[in-house]
This record gives sequence, C-alpha cells and structure tokens, in this order.
Amino acid sequence: MSQHFPVLIVLLPLSAALLSPFFSFMYRQAGKWIAVAALAGSFLCSVGLLLQVTAGGGQAIHYYMGNWVPPLGIEFVVDPINAVIVAMITFLAMCTAIYSTPFLKKSNWLYMGGYYTLMALLCVGLSGMTLTGDVFNLYVYLEIASLSGYGLIALGGNKGTLAAFRYLLIGTIGASLYLLAIGFMYSMTGSLNMADLSVLLQDKMDYPLMIMVIGLLIAAFGIKAALFPFHGWQPDSYTYSHPGAAPLISGAMSKVPAYAMLRFFFYLFGAQHLFVQHGLTVIGILGALGIILGSVMAIAQDDFRRMLAYSSVAQIGYIAVGLAIGSMYGLIGAILHIINHAFMKGSLFMAIGGVQYRFGEFRISQLGQLNKKMPFTVFTICVAALGMIGIPPAGGFFSKIYIMQGAMETGQYIYIAVLVISSLLNAVYFFRVMENIFVNPDAGLKEINPTAGKLELPLQMLIPIVLFGIIILALGFCNASVVDCIIKLGLPEVFLG
Amino acid sequence: MSDASTMDVINNFLATKGIYSLVLILLFLGLYGMIVSNNYMKKMMAMNVMQVAVIFFYLCFAQKDGGMIPILNGITTDPNAYINPLPHALMLTAIVVSLGTTGVALALLMRIKEAYGSAEEDEVLRRADK
Repeated sequence: MSQHFPVLIVLLPLSAALLSPFFSFMYRQAGKWIAVAALAGSFLCSVGLLLQVTAGGGQAIHYYMGNWVPPLGIEFVVDPINAVIVAMITFLAMCTAIYSTPFLKKSNWLYMGGYYTLMALLCVGLSGMTLTGDVFNLYVYLEIASLSGYGLIALGGNKGTLAAFRYLLIGTIGASLYLLAIGFMYSMTGSLNMADLSVLLQDKMDYPLMIMVIGLLIAAFGIKAALFPFHGWQPDSYTYSHPGAAPLISGAMSKVPAYAMLRFFFYLFGAQHLFVQHGLTVIGILGALGIILGSVMAIAQDDFRRMLAYSSVAQIGYIAVGLAIGSMYGLIGAILHIINHAFMKGSLFMAIGGVQYRFGEFRISQLGQLNKKMPFTVFTICVAALGMIGIPPAGGFFSKIYIMQGAMETGQYIYIAVLVISSLLNAVYFFRVMENIFVNPDAGLKEINPTAGKLELPLQMLIPIVLFGIIILALGFCNASVVDCIIKLGLPEVFLG
Repeated sequence: MSDASTMDVINNFLATKGIYSLVLILLFLGLYGMIVSNNYMKKMMAMNVMQVAVIFFYLCFAQKDGGMIPILNGITTDPNAYINPLPHALMLTAIVVSLGTTGVALALLMRIKEAYGSAEEDEVLRRADK
C-alpha cells in the first residue's frame, strides 16, 4: 500500500473528479463529500510520502507507472522538496474544497458536481506537475491544471469568463512554447525522462540550440507563473475567479510552474553551465523588476483582491530572485517562499472571500471597523500581512532572510536593495488595509448572508481561515526544522559541498 | 558559375532546413494573428494555427529517409529501418489537448457573446468596464 502513495496522490482526486457529477446527480451533497474525501485521502498520502522520503535520508523514491522501467516508461520521482510542495498543494486543495461549500449552498446538482470536478482536477494537475519525472508528462499535467483553472476562473461571473478567455489565449502560448522546448531537447537526445535527459544533455549544454531551449522555458514557465512581463493575465483572473476557488488558484497555480522552472534549471541542466547562468540572470532581472512594479501597482488598487493579485506578481519575483542567486541559501529561500506564499496568499483570499460572502464587499475603503464584526478573519489578515511584509514571527520573514543571505554570499547586493525597498512598499499597502480596518469609522455594511448564532462565518469557512493563520505563524517558528529536515535533503549535491 | 553555386546553397538549405523555416513562419503567423486581430474568434483560430505549427515541428524531425512504418513485418527488427513512432504518439496527445483547449475556448466565447453581445475585443472591454 505505502509504496503506491505517489500514484494515489494523483489517482484519488482524479477518480473523485470523474465521479463527482454522477454522485451529485443522485444526491446533491454526495459529489461534494466524495471530492473532499478524495482530497483528504490525497493529503494523507502525501504526508505519508513526505515521512517516507525524509526517513530514507532524502533518497529519491521512484515510482514506475505500470512497472514500465524508465527511460521508456513514465515515472514519478519524489524527493523531499517536491514531497513537501505536493503536501502543501493537497492540503490547500482540501481546505479550499471545504471552505467553498457555503458558496455553493443554493446551486443545483450540475453546478455543484462540476465545481468539485474542476477543483479535484486542478489538484491532480498541480500535484502531477510537481511529482512527475517525465517532461512530456509534465506538459499533460500542465494542461490539466490550466484547463480546470480556466473553468474555475470562468465560474466567477461574466467578468470571470472574460478573464478566463484571455488567460486561455496567453496560457496556450505558454504551453505551446513549452512543447517546442521539449521538442528541441528530444531531437537532441531522444529521451523524455528527466533523469535520463540530465545525463544526456551534459555534453550538449554549449550547443546554440540550448539558448533557444532556455529562452523558451523561461517564457513558458514565466507565462504560467505570472513572472513580470508575462503577468498581464493574472490580475483579472485572480480578481474575478470564483471566490471559493480563489485560495487554491492564487496559492498554488502560479507556484508550481516556478518550481518546475527550478527543477529544469538546477536538476536537469545544472547551474554551472554558461547559458543556464545567463538564463538565471534574465530571470533575476525580470523578478526584480516584477517585485518593484507589482508592489507599486498594488498600492494603487482599491479592490482588495486586485491588490493581492499585483502583490502576487511581486512575490513570484522573490522566488525568481531566489533562483537567480543560485546558491544554497538562494534556493532554500525560493523553496521556502513557494510554501510560505501559498499559505499567505491563500489565507488572504480566504479572508476576503469570507468578507465577500457575508457582506458582498471587497473594496479596501469599505472595511472600516471590520475587527468588531469578524475578529478571527481580521486576525488572519493581520498575520498574513505581517508575513507578506516580512516581520519576524510570521513565515515570510524567514524566506526573505534566506534570499538576502544568499545575495550577500554571492555579492549580488542589488537584490538586497530590491528586497528592502519592496518590503517597505509591502508595508505601505498592508498598513493601509489595517488602517482602514482598525481606524476608519464603521462603513455600515449590509449583511447579505446573515450568520445564525455567534459565529462570524459558517464553520466550514472559519476553520480553514484560522488554521491558515496559525500555519503561517507555525511555518515561521519551525522554519529551521523545515529547512534542515526537509529542504536541505533534496538540494542538488553541488550546493552542499 | 556563381549562379549555379548560389542555387546549390539554396537547394541545399531548402532540402535540409526548408521545412523548419515553413514551420517557424506558421508559428509566427499564429502569434501575429493572436496579437493583431481584434475579434476573439479570430484570436482563437490563430491560436490553433500556432498549436498546429508545433505539431508539424515534431512530425518534421521524426521524418527519416528510407524508414518504413513502425510495424513488425517479419523481415527485419533493426530499429534503423523504421521511423520513430514516439513523436507521432506524443502529438496525438497534443492534438487531444488542443482539441480540449479549443472546446473550452469556444464555450467561454459563447458565454462572452451572451453577456456582452459582441466578440470584438475593444467592444467587449468597453462594456466590461461599465
């Protein structure tokens, strides 16, 4: 049983996704239960996998699909880093699936079943992208994640449909460029398996064709991860997506391509090659520009969700800068920030979704005295904001400090300046939110979904919100053990020396 | 004399790389169409052209002189006698994916047309901002 964990992580939500509409048709609630149960099972499997792989001292676990031995067959490769990222994705998906139930209270069976199908498929796509050891398989999972993502964004209403269509056009360019890049690699080596490619490509890394491959990969994953010049689709998509699904979309969907980029550059190609270093420099410059531009644009927004979307552009910039530094601390910072940011952005979207559910309001200027009405939600907003700015007990501080330490070590001081400036800008826009909440007079919001009893929100929404706030703090307190026990085990050997 | 050698160079180029240039032109035609056309339907069709260009690229590098179709015929099991079927199999998947993408795009486009009464980008954006 336990040797099948890698495939169960993907298989459980996939079967739930296909069954969900039929069960919803028979009994409206059943489709929801089966999806939540499958995502919970998938989360338990990924935790089991994480324990297995760390107990083995970081030795990668290989799972051969249908027992076809690679390089001919497809394999899943689990190292400590992607095990922790897949645990994060499945946990986020499970919490989001529970969290979104009150939004679907009045919907019919088709909407209900379809929504949970898309949600489970998104989880399949994202965890498959993280686990797979085959470059073409990654393309298929990328498209599964993208297509279900378009669906979830389009469920957010008319503006959501428009945002989804425009994202679809741009996202398809990204996927086609990725397909072109692996086509070049395949024509050079005749292999699609990542471990096999990493051996076969080593003496071909100075071919001019590799410039094409690296450029195409930067563009493809840049589009999917909303790296600075490719971020045009992202603010609209995050803003108008279905409020129940927004935490998963904003938390995980743009982090996984960033992780895939890390895997290609550091595990497949190896950062010691000249072209890869140039590629990383390009990523770093784009990331640094994105950090500044995203933060400045976030200050200008009044819509809370739009502000968060622009801040995501900046946060992807941090991950890109961490990659560009290319030292041990830079990579640790980037990976830690992938995890931290998924929880911070997820919890902020959950909190504003809760406000939207109860009051139908998402403008920052209308949040006056919200702490009186929704104390727990405001607690999470504050904790996540502290994390975003980078104030110690919250997790965001530690990933930033690792990135800065990496920049210090390699003498790339410009990145430190960018990080400090952006922390100040983050402080500007998050303190503006807090000022509006705590200082401004009551905006007199009308309740559109009055809650019975003393709770500020239905329990299914409140528990994930508070849980995420606690996790952000826990990630801060336990950052040393996360780094030492998990992330360091999975880094490429060259960095550990 | 020099004319003949120029012709040789051109012939040689067309014979070895000509098909890739055509594929590249097709790819950029698709990208160009997606950027300049104002109609969402046309943008989507240009997107399909771009996807087809990538599929052609795979089929081109799978081509081999004198190779036969990869079916075991009892005469030879030498892999050099067959063409590589894997790129074709991969592109079968890519075609299915592009079909799915087109389907989702059309469904979204129908919704956009219903909601905004138009599929022209500037018109839709103007109505969406109201």
